[in-house]
Amino acid sequence: MKSVFGDRRAVILLLTPALLVYSLVMLVPVVWSLGYTFFEGNAINGFSFAGLDNFRELLSDPDAHAALWFTVRFALVLTVVQVAMGYLLSLLYVFVLRRASSLVRTLVFFPVILPTVAVSLLFQQLFEYAPRNGPVNSLLNVFGIHSVDWFGSSGSAFWVLIIMETWRSMGFYAVLLYAGLVDIPEEILESARLDGASGVRLVRHVVVPLSLPVLLSSVIFSINGTLKIFDSVVALTNGGPGSSTTPLTVYMFQTSFSYGEYGYGSTIALLLTMLCLVVTLFIFRTSRRDTTKA
Amino acid sequence: MTVTSTPAHARPTTRPAQPARRSRLRRLRRNPLGTVATWAATTLLLLVILIPLVWLVLGSLKTQNEILNKPAFSLPDDWFNFQNYVDAVVDGNLGTYARNSIVAVFPSLFMTILFGVAAGFALEILVWKGRGAVLVSFLAGIMVPGQMILLPLFTIYFNLHLTGTLLPLVITYTAIGLPLTVFMMATFFRGVPREIFEAATLDGASTIRQFFSVGLPLVRNAIFTVALVQFFFIWNDLLIAMTFTSSDDLRTIQVGLLNFQGQFGQVEYGPTLAAVCLNVFATGAIYLFLNQRVMKGLTAGSVKG
Repeated sequence: MKSVFGDRRAVILLLTPALLVYSLVMLVPVVWSLGYTFFEGNAINGFSFAGLDNFRELLSDPDAHAALWFTVRFALVLTVVQVAMGYLLSLLYVFVLRRASSLVRTLVFFPVILPTVAVSLLFQQLFEYAPRNGPVNSLLNVFGIHSVDWFGSSGSAFWVLIIMETWRSMGFYAVLLYAGLVDIPEEILESARLDGASGVRLVRHVVVPLSLPVLLSSVIFSINGTLKIFDSVVALTNGGPGSSTTPLTVYMFQTSFSYGEYGYGSTIALLLTMLCLVVTLFIFRTSRRDTTKA
Repeated sequence: MTVTSTPAHARPTTRPAQPARRSRLRRLRRNPLGTVATWAATTLLLLVILIPLVWLVLGSLKTQNEILNKPAFSLPDDWFNFQNYVDAVVDGNLGTYARNSIVAVFPSLFMTILFGVAAGFALEILVWKGRGAVLVSFLAGIMVPGQMILLPLFTIYFNLHLTGTLLPLVITYTAIGLPLTVFMMATFFRGVPREIFEAATLDGASTIRQFFSVGLPLVRNAIFTVALVQFFFIWNDLLIAMTFTSSDDLRTIQVGLLNFQGQFGQVEYGPTLAAVCLNVFATGAIYLFLNQRVMKGLTAGSVKG
């Protein structure tokens, strides 16, 4: 029996294609990219050794700091907003709509699968200011509010990004959290109700603590995804106005391909990767400590 | 007399009725209001989701003049004006972009699934030294941002003279899809009772035979789910496609769409909306038939963030 499950040749035969492709196209480039951080130049003109120059530049480059700050701010705000919206929706599904929630769940999930570029072009038009008013500004006008140049200032562009991403993703987090809420045993809720807990108090003192694990994993997934935000920014604002909505991902792309600085681009990519790693480990740590305490 | 007698007569009946009335009131206050609030919230939610999509479809049927000079919420003059769609496909090159996407997506989807399922089987069912470490190294790949591998890959493809073809996309998509595929397939194989494979061993099946005749059929459904999830990730990708498509006739549908407005010189609203519409419908059609499976699959693959 053991010899069949431990058949060396079979292991090699089944694992090699995946491992080979994965190593050559992902693992080797990651190490290679680390090597680039000590060089200057690009694939077309060649490279020259630069020592720690790229790291020094990263420390003193105001654009990089702005991109880092935008990335962190965006990830934090979007994570809070989209997980909160998802949680509210999942509460609506579980406690209010109950069995009837299937259709609503399916419809609200729909934007999740749509191509980001398509959604971004749609939102560009929805929030359009000139040469004509899009539906959002028209709606504001109906209520007597002046049209807003949404993509004209960094503050409003930031919020349009948040609104679009929330529209796209709240159905996803709702379904993810729904799965966690459905698992809460009915007896616990019933006994809490008999003890007089209802409405907000029931949610705050019984439902939230019981769904904390799935809430935390949603937060991890969300932060991990939002730190890497690229498509929506490129397609919706292209980093503008100016470079005020440029995250690290887009800054890395511009540095590498518009300015041909592969070394510095790799250094920014490394910063991004470290950021994802640190955040994930940090949240894992705190969540594990919390569960052992409780 | 009759006037005073009414309250006097009513008094004894109202007293016992009071608690009943109060409780009914409470129920009235809670239920209908709660129901109204529920309906309002649900309706608002569905409007927020659906109005942009409805507006998109309406806009794709309007002429440039209608879009610029009529209110944003007006209905199209001619409901069967499909000129925008013709413009998007013919002048906007959407057909070429869609073909490129198909050529890039399906071979990589096939390979990532085949390799990933085999690796998942080898890592979860077979017993050998170091399998834990290999599984973890695959998992680490889920977290690595695409930016981290972009530049070395570009250098490699450039030096191999592959940049004028769609091969860089096929290769990169295959590799990028692997971590999640391996992770999900290993999870599914973990759910299969080992006794099934042990019984097959007693019947004299070799390991490779086990994989093809026992393992694969058992996780057929799971394979389909993972393939759907990967399809959406690859089809909707922008970063890889933007980096490795050097010329216009290599662009995938997402890159093509991104550069769409530039194609016409000025902003041509109708064709742009029509192109967005076609792109939305393509994935929407899949969702129409397979929504429950898509929802299950995407949330199961949520580690990808």
